[in-house]
Amino acid sequence: MSTTPRGADLRIVNITKRFGDFVAVDDLTLTIPSGSFFALLGPSGCGKTTTLRMVAGLEEPTAGAILIGDEDVTWNKPYKRPVNTVFQSYALFPHLDIYENVAFGLKRQGKKDIASQVDAMLELTELTGLARRKPQQLSGGQQQRVALARALINEPQVLLLDEPLGALDLKLRRQMQLELKRIQTEVGLTFVHVTHDQEEAMTMADTIAVMNAGRVEQMGAPTDLYENPMTTFVANFLGQSNFFDGEIVERAGGYAVVDVRGQRVGVPESRVHSAGSSVHVGVRPEKLRIQFLDDAQVADGENRLEATITDSSFIGVSTQYLVDTVWGQELTVFSQNIARDARLANGARVLLTWAPDHTFALDAAQDVDAGVEIDEDAVAPDPVGAAS
Amino acid sequence: MSGGAVVATELEQLDIRQHSPKGGGSTEAKAVGTSRWTPYALLTPGFLWLAIFFVVPTIVLFFTSLYVGSLDQGYSFSFPGEWSTYVTAIQQYWPQFVRSFVFAGLATVFCLLLAYPLAYFIAFRSGRWKAAMLVLVIAPFFTSFLIRTLAWRTILADDSIVVRTMNTLHITDVLNALGLTEPGRVLNTPLAVVLGLTYNFLPFMVLPLYASLDRMDPRLVEAAQDLYSTPWTAFRKVTWRLSMPGVVAGTLLTFIPAAGDYINAELLGTPKVSMIGNVIQDQFFVVTDYPTASALSVMLMAVIVVMVMVYVRKAGTEELV
Repeated sequence: MSTTPRGADLRIVNITKRFGDFVAVDDLTLTIPSGSFFALLGPSGCGKTTTLRMVAGLEEPTAGAILIGDEDVTWNKPYKRPVNTVFQSYALFPHLDIYENVAFGLKRQGKKDIASQVDAMLELTELTGLARRKPQQLSGGQQQRVALARALINEPQVLLLDEPLGALDLKLRRQMQLELKRIQTEVGLTFVHVTHDQEEAMTMADTIAVMNAGRVEQMGAPTDLYENPMTTFVANFLGQSNFFDGEIVERAGGYAVVDVRGQRVGVPESRVHSAGSSVHVGVRPEKLRIQFLDDAQVADGENRLEATITDSSFIGVSTQYLVDTVWGQELTVFSQNIARDARLANGARVLLTWAPDHTFALDAAQDVDAGVEIDEDAVAPDPVGAAS
Repeated sequence: MSGGAVVATELEQLDIRQHSPKGGGSTEAKAVGTSRWTPYALLTPGFLWLAIFFVVPTIVLFFTSLYVGSLDQGYSFSFPGEWSTYVTAIQQYWPQFVRSFVFAGLATVFCLLLAYPLAYFIAFRSGRWKAAMLVLVIAPFFTSFLIRTLAWRTILADDSIVVRTMNTLHITDVLNALGLTEPGRVLNTPLAVVLGLTYNFLPFMVLPLYASLDRMDPRLVEAAQDLYSTPWTAFRKVTWRLSMPGVVAGTLLTFIPAAGDYINAELLGTPKVSMIGNVIQDQFFVVTDYPTASALSVMLMAVIVVMVMVYVRKAGTEELV
């Protein structure tokens, strides 16, 4: 929670939305504390945008309630909610100039002193001097800021952002991510951000809810979700994961020991999320240390695995290796380019080692590929980004 | 139809007005292999067409209106021409002029009121029926203009269901009070002519309105409502403003031909409610007083051009997108 929350808690209580037979949002319950930057992350069709539209009042829920502070707004018209939206591809009014676009909400509310508020908002969003331009005369990044200014100026209790950076190129997107974060800190309002871009969500949000098929898979701080995923979907959708099948054979000293084809792999108990003893053991590609097998050094208690390099791609900050385990399973390893070992070439026998604390174990009943490249719009897997 | 060419040129102006903010294109990079004469070569057929079938006839029409003489002795032009034809034509036929513009104006308003909701529905709500509905809008053109207008004689006949229902509901009484119909009947009254005009020119209103509404991003209405607009305010401040090019084009395409129309007044009205088109037709083909007929045509064109220019300028200040 922020120290000076100006927004209000947003509570979504048992919300369900059906379109015919299709359940877009399935009995969703979320509490978003005031002043937080909250991200709803998921692939397209997971129900995140529908959830946002129900909060905005642009869609009526089939069941459930939406509360802002203590007020039930479930059935309020969109123009009667203390909520404003930054629309995907902005929906700026093409017939109005930037000033009129930003002033639109204040005018409809019959507010006074509009000119000075618009000026202040244009300054906050670094648009001063563009007031008399038309939206189509601005660049994508500028249009994005107008959309933000137009919503923010109304000081909504909750600001909704629907894929706000989706139309921008990568470099501008990175810049706007930091910009948005700065503005949110400055105004202290509750931001709810919908995106399919895991990097964007992790950069900006203090809490992320990962949605899949109308439900929240897992909710928490970005580091928690990344380091301690509770489902294969989260493990795959946020970054990349290597999985091996195994059986929990022992539990001692806060660790579970999993037998992976004869190899004993340690997993912290806090990272075991499985009802039974059959698990998918997971580890992130950048947690793996890759060494030439013959003179590999292994610290005490580290998990280890022998493998053979089948492919390596030099990416600049890191090298991405594809390796085959003894039993023929392909794994991915990201290795920082600190001291490159020339012997790590295709066909080389290597030892992979990693700390047990970087391991997680998920219920084997789940599809191990859930959440893998599920969205064709998503940026292609980016090892640099995923490792950061 | 001389009115058609006027519409065309006016629409061209409108079009230029709409697109000019995005850059006229003259400074843009030239495509490979196009000589600087290519644009002129492409314009030549259109220019020739307009010159031969619009400019020359208009000039001929103008000089005909200044002919001296009579039908028996033959007409001829001698400088400075017989300008008194214009004076007598106005004195004699000003009621028909006024009536034409009132009828055309009423028909345009009715068309707008009927077409806007229809175009809105087709653009935003018709879903997979969109193409079918557009075909239905233009379907009446498959039948002759004359036959369709004649059909209205049956619809509006004194003993038709429509008129009997209107009489039972005392709607005709109200319309009589407004001077639009005669007691107990609709056919051969001003209302019948206006209804005929409305019916015949409705597609010319629907299509441009549809075109401008269909171009509009429906999320703009959502954005307006998200920014504290009631649905009505959102319509006024966003939808209506963005549909202005369609409204302007539609009203021009309806008003201009309706003002010069004579078929509807001929078939659905009486000489008492004749329009200027009827007078011109009469002067040309029955009385064969060519100077008077030409003078009336020239005046009709002049008045329409002036009205359209004033109208487009006024609508243009709304900043068409």
